[in-house]
Amino acid sequence: MIITKQKELNKILEQLKGKSKVFVVGCAACATKCATGGEEQVKAMAEELAKNQKTITGTIVLDTPCDMRIVKKDLLNNDKARQAESLVLLACGAGVQSIAQVCTDIYLVPVLDTLFLGSIERLGNFNQYCSLCGDCIIDETGGLCPVTRCAKALVNGPCGGAIGGKCEVNSDQDCVWILIYEKLNKNTAHIKKYRKIKSNTSITKPQRIKSR
Amino acid sequence: MTFKEALKSKKFIITAELFPPKGTNIQPLLEKARLLRGKIDGFNVTDNQRAVMRLGSLAICRLLQEQGCDPILQMTCRDRNRIALESDLLSASVLGIENILVLSGDHPTQGDHKEAKPVYDLDPVQLLKTARTLETGVDLVGKKLDGSPQFCLGAVVNPLADPLDLQLAMMEKKIEAGAEFFQTQPIFDSKLLETFVAKTKEFNAKILIGVFLLKSAQVAIFMKEKLGINISSHYIDRLQQATSPLDEGITIAGELISQMKPHVDGVHIMALGMEEHIPGILNKVK
Ligand code: SF4
Ligand code: SF4
Repeated sequence: MIITKQKELNKILEQLKGKSKVFVVGCAACATKCATGGEEQVKAMAEELAKNQKTITGTIVLDTPCDMRIVKKDLLNNDKARQAESLVLLACGAGVQSIAQVCTDIYLVPVLDTLFLGSIERLGNFNQYCSLCGDCIIDETGGLCPVTRCAKALVNGPCGGAIGGKCEVNSDQDCVWILIYEKLNKNTAHIKKYRKIKSNTSITKPQRIKSR
Repeated sequence: MTFKEALKSKKFIITAELFPPKGTNIQPLLEKARLLRGKIDGFNVTDNQRAVMRLGSLAICRLLQEQGCDPILQMTCRDRNRIALESDLLSASVLGIENILVLSGDHPTQGDHKEAKPVYDLDPVQLLKTARTLETGVDLVGKKLDGSPQFCLGAVVNPLADPLDLQLAMMEKKIEAGAEFFQTQPIFDSKLLETFVAKTKEFNAKILIGVFLLKSAQVAIFMKEKLGINISSHYIDRLQQATSPLDEGITIAGELISQMKPHVDGVHIMALGMEEHIPGILNKVK
């Protein structure tokens, strides 16, 4: 899931200077799970903006703002959205840009900062385990990703700086290489995977996938 | 004898670390180097150590070499992508610098440019392999080089790391990737040293054990409590009771080297800016 957090209200108002009529858009997928852009947050944002002398022409929570088909169907021709001078978007960077691709003639104010692809431990506790490197190697590392979870992204780790099992860069985090080693070490066939030198990772991955 | 020749010989090897200045005043560093010339086998020049921006290692290495000191160029993976690293390896070679020590490098958040982008495009194992690849006359993407370099490659290992087996496995990987020598974190504990030496006996690389100049009891306590380095309370007491803690630290460093000498290939002295005292340490070595 894409983890987002809301910007400070004064920054949002700064972006909305000179715009009086606004329409608020949320996301029923990740941003709802994150409690940053669901029904509740959209309502709260609309109220907050109204308190700050904005006229709210309407609100909507799109199923998946990152799907341009949904944007075309549910937002592009929405009358209330068309009455507004600005769309206030509670969605991640992918959602905001899908909307920008489709709704080309309206001023957009993104109000979420997009942080990472996260795994949810419980509400409000999110961990970044994968950074979408495009060349997955965790079959060789016991299902734990060093590209993301080692502060230095060492694929042939560790660095030697861990203290008491914690990362030398951030003492709140476990050194992922110690975790990897302990996991692989349980099985002699697996520990061979540690010994193999992993080659240079590639960050040349597709930015666009087209089926036809 | 060059550092590389010393590595190949049976000689007890001594290296030390010099820090480039933050700025362009290189005189103090060159004076320290002159004091040590002929007394040690290799001069490590750090690469923006602790992620603090400083004058570059390559320039200092060249200046040291002109003074008759054999430099060891430290290269971290923190600040350069593979293009820059390969290019700098070639640059080092044409400047006559063949000794390279490869490290991951402290993370930018631990230094003075906390917002800097951490690169880590290659890791130390891959950087060692990259240097060996350049020696074969091609670069990382297989393009032919017009003239190829030759290096003497080293890496680091932490004998205090837990689990030690993981460090040793990583060390073997570094040897496989091309490391001919290792320099270690400082050790104060003879038991630990014994274990480490026993476990690395069969490794096909020279190991230079870290020796740290303790200038005060406070430094020792900090290293013990914050960095998890096992320093016996006996040393801390001695530093506390000494009228000149620095002199006591020099004596302790000399004792450590004397104890290690029969068992190890060499030592790597870390004097943290007080390199002018290294001759004093060496005088104490029996
Ligand atoms: S290696 Fe890590 S960052 Fe890359 S795809 Fe796999 S989990 Fe994600
Ligand atoms: S301590 Fe472990 S997780 Fe942290 S940078 Fe070093 S190898 Fe990576």
